[in-house]
Amino acid sequence: MITVPLQTAVPSAPVGGGETVAFYVLGTVVVLAALGVVFSRKAVYSALMMAVVMISLAVFYGINEAPFLMVVQIVVYTGAVLMLFLFVLMLVGVGSSDSLVETIRGQRLLTAVIALCFLVPLATGITTVTVGEPVGLAAGVAAAGGNIPWIAGEVIYRYVIAFEATGALLITAVLGALVLAHTVRTKKKRTQRHLSQERIRGDHATPLPGPGTYARHNSIDMPALLPDGSVSELSLNPVLAARVPEDQRSVPEDMRRVIGAGPGGGPDSARSGETRDKGGDDTGGSAAGSDNGNGEREGEGSWTR
Amino acid sequence: MDPMNYIVLAAVLFTIGAVGVLVRRNAIIVFMCVELMLNACNLAFVAFARMHGGIEGQVIAFFVMVVAAAEVVVGLAIIMQIFRTRRSASVDDASLLKN
Repeated sequence: MITVPLQTAVPSAPVGGGETVAFYVLGTVVVLAALGVVFSRKAVYSALMMAVVMISLAVFYGINEAPFLMVVQIVVYTGAVLMLFLFVLMLVGVGSSDSLVETIRGQRLLTAVIALCFLVPLATGITTVTVGEPVGLAAGVAAAGGNIPWIAGEVIYRYVIAFEATGALLITAVLGALVLAHTVRTKKKRTQRHLSQERIRGDHATPLPGPGTYARHNSIDMPALLPDGSVSELSLNPVLAARVPEDQRSVPEDMRRVIGAGPGGGPDSARSGETRDKGGDDTGGSAAGSDNGNGEREGEGSWTR
Repeated sequence: MDPMNYIVLAAVLFTIGAVGVLVRRNAIIVFMCVELMLNACNLAFVAFARMHGGIEGQVIAFFVMVVAAAEVVVGLAIIMQIFRTRRSASVDDASLLKN
């Protein structure tokens, strides 16, 4: 056993029994959530597991006498960074789950070997060191007048160069994100005048029937009913209609067949002589950065009609 | 409880993050695992600060958080850009310089 001598001989903050319980309970949660980050197939589950890890680590910071870092951890990581992750996940596509097929042969095995080679010596090395009771920050905090004044004094006086460099780094990161996220608009923005003219010249000048009109529910996936009781295809959201028919449980049986038959096949559109492709306004496409060439599916993907 | 247990926990979390970086191919999940490794280091810094009665560990953990935030902003912007041009967030697909 190696005993590392600490600066002060008298321990001022012994580790209590409550902290031991909290460590083992929360440590189990953290390790399980971290494994969930790595091994869950869907990226959104990984992000949510990451939130569990972040908040648990914030509690650990609180236990370890770092109240400022606890708050910063929650605000910066769970508040900002993780929401950014979720935002990008929504843009990139939530549904795309990772394929778990190995592309490099023996990659998992090698990874496991490397991980064990890293973890086992490190953990055994760490556990042979006993430091005794921690010194604790109570004396320094009392001298500096609080945890935050102490950190502020160190940051402003001793680490002022690093602090300035941090400011430069943040400005550079903001500029880089702006440059990288910016896309040039490839087609002209359609104004309200353009849209209204298109609507008047098209064959359906009035607003389309909303979902669920005259039906029992008014949720977005319920088609509206025509006066004769048949289903109006015009009222269906094209995004929902394009999905797998088995997914739409509340859509009537005959309607699913109609959606599968393609545009123009429905009873209502046959009557009014219109398909939904005409005049589909492009509200979300250009903002999401879809390029010009990908066909009518993108332009059709509007939820606002 | 020995306070070195926190360091062991940090080592475990770092290893899990490293495994994720090596195994996963979704760029966003790889990024999350990098964040996990940074957080493990932060936990070690904070635990050392308490063990030795100094504030330097917390100050360095604070700087690590700032750098991690900046890194996430730029990295996610790059992932978005790659996704726009190649319609994929997999790190295996970005192999334009190969051959």
